[in-house]
Amino acid sequence: MDTVELVRSAARAIRTNKTRSALTTLGIIIGVAAVILLVSIGNGLQAFVTEEFESLGSNVLLISPGKVSFSGGPPRNVEAKFDFSDVRQMGDLGDPIVKVSGMISKGATMKYRSKTYFGNLAGVGEEYLEFGNVEIEAGKFFSRSMLERSQMVGVIGHKVYEELFGGVGNPVGREIDVTGSKVEVIGKLKEKGGGLGGNSDENSFVLMPVTTAMKVTGIKKPAAVMVRIRDADSAAAASRKIKNYFYRKNLTDDDFTILEPKELLESITSFLGVVTGALSGIAAISLVVGGIGIANIMLVSVTERTREIGLRKALGATNRDILLQFLIESILLSVVGGGVGIGIGWGISAILRQFIETAVTAGSVMMAFGVSAGVGIVSGLAPAVRASRLDPIEALRYE
Amino acid sequence: MVPVVEFKNVSRVYGDPASSESMVKALDRVSFEVVKGEFVAITGPSGSGKSTLLHLIGLMDRQSAGEIFVDGINTKNLSDNKLAKLRNEKIGLVFQQFNLLRATPAIVNVELPLVYRGISASGRHEIAKNELIKVGLGDRLQNRPSQLSGGQQQRVAIARALVTNPSLLLADEPTGNLDSKTGEEIIKLFEDLHEGGVTIILVSHDPNIARRAKRQVVIKDGRIANGHS
Repeated sequence: MDTVELVRSAARAIRTNKTRSALTTLGIIIGVAAVILLVSIGNGLQAFVTEEFESLGSNVLLISPGKVSFSGGPPRNVEAKFDFSDVRQMGDLGDPIVKVSGMISKGATMKYRSKTYFGNLAGVGEEYLEFGNVEIEAGKFFSRSMLERSQMVGVIGHKVYEELFGGVGNPVGREIDVTGSKVEVIGKLKEKGGGLGGNSDENSFVLMPVTTAMKVTGIKKPAAVMVRIRDADSAAAASRKIKNYFYRKNLTDDDFTILEPKELLESITSFLGVVTGALSGIAAISLVVGGIGIANIMLVSVTERTREIGLRKALGATNRDILLQFLIESILLSVVGGGVGIGIGWGISAILRQFIETAVTAGSVMMAFGVSAGVGIVSGLAPAVRASRLDPIEALRYE
Repeated sequence: MVPVVEFKNVSRVYGDPASSESMVKALDRVSFEVVKGEFVAITGPSGSGKSTLLHLIGLMDRQSAGEIFVDGINTKNLSDNKLAKLRNEKIGLVFQQFNLLRATPAIVNVELPLVYRGISASGRHEIAKNELIKVGLGDRLQNRPSQLSGGQQQRVAIARALVTNPSLLLADEPTGNLDSKTGEEIIKLFEDLHEGGVTIILVSHDPNIARRAKRQVVIKDGRIANGHS
């Protein structure tokens, strides 16, 4: 019996019981659609995170006070055991360190006339702009001399602009109140897009010269240090140089953490990978349930078609012919279900793409297809074996 | 000439061979032969061993002792697969219950034995169509069994049995599910086929049907009762 005829006769058998076949495949449809969808969301999230980190630049290291660990608990606020004079000296460590910028930050109440906004105050060096995180939209960034004179100037983020100025007019030259100090707005940052929302990005910041910020907040130690290095490959060398500098100052590994964005990205993407995998695993359980449904219906079908099996054997079908017939029927059921599931998962993922990033990959489609074919084989095997072993005489007598 | 079917001292025993009391001897050292072109009726009361004999001739069961030859081939040591192949090639089966696939057009039902013979779809279609025309159903190719009368369904089954051009047409109570008029038509069809040279064995408990065959083999208590084969 050739394959084409096997598939054709399986399709005929499935069409004979349309409603039953549709309900049977529903489990597979839902399972495959869920897997496709979840994997596409996971992939989208990874792509988004990667993109964000790449915009930060792979040639930047971050130094954080204290020990930062990804595995346990939220980062603690630790006062740094190094200060801005260390930041300056690290800037002179030479190749591959190009530029070093320290910053402090603190939640801040900002006021303009009757408007109040709770944002963040960040004290940074004049070189902050060069790290490429932010762009100036109106006015200018502060200069070295402004920093040296601790001038009361600030550059506001887009959110601050919207909250305090209602998003209209030119804020440059206006005076706002930042935690009780009068600060002149000298520039506005371009809106940072694509964020996940919340108050953590530069949109909610007022950027001030670090010297001014220290005066306003009373904070004396840097909260973070950004180090620009020659290129991504020199990260290890730069990080060694910084470590040695700290060791010379009698600091230990518990007093600072050097984060390489590349490493950070890797740990985040691998974490997202695990989350995606776990979610898909849960979705895959419904595939197993779907497989049991198919096995069940195939067993019913074998019983119902006992006479047919007897007849086919009487007409010359071998045990193998009967086995393949029922196996192909089961595979066809679950592969059709898999196909429909892929379509639905794809469709929902396309709809979601208007809100969040999603990506259906060829890999996940092929996997879903392979898994549903596998489910078909596994769940069809027992019923097919039972069918193939029927005695033709008994089967023909069956009522 | 080699007989189409030859039985040599064939017995068929059912039950547990370990305990002789539970053993039932359905056929007891039966010998007979059917040569090409014959029209033979196997008849006898119910429980006589007719069905057992039918199953053995149709190669759907295996004897407990003795030898069965089909077209001179000893079937004794053939594997299940070889037996299925031989059945497909040599025997055309017609049943009392017609045994057609319900949701399947007449032509596809007739094609079925050719599917297991591995004949291409186009070839199958042509052969099956001719066979249906021969039994007078050339205009019913695409009808499903539920759209056909009992007599028409049995004609489809006969076409299916003949489509492989078998050495033997083996019919099991072919008129048992039909009214007498339709039954008569089917018997007439068998007679026509016999005229055309087809070898036929017809199993029936009905003496009126059996009488239409050219020779009768009467079976009783697992033995051939009319002595000579």
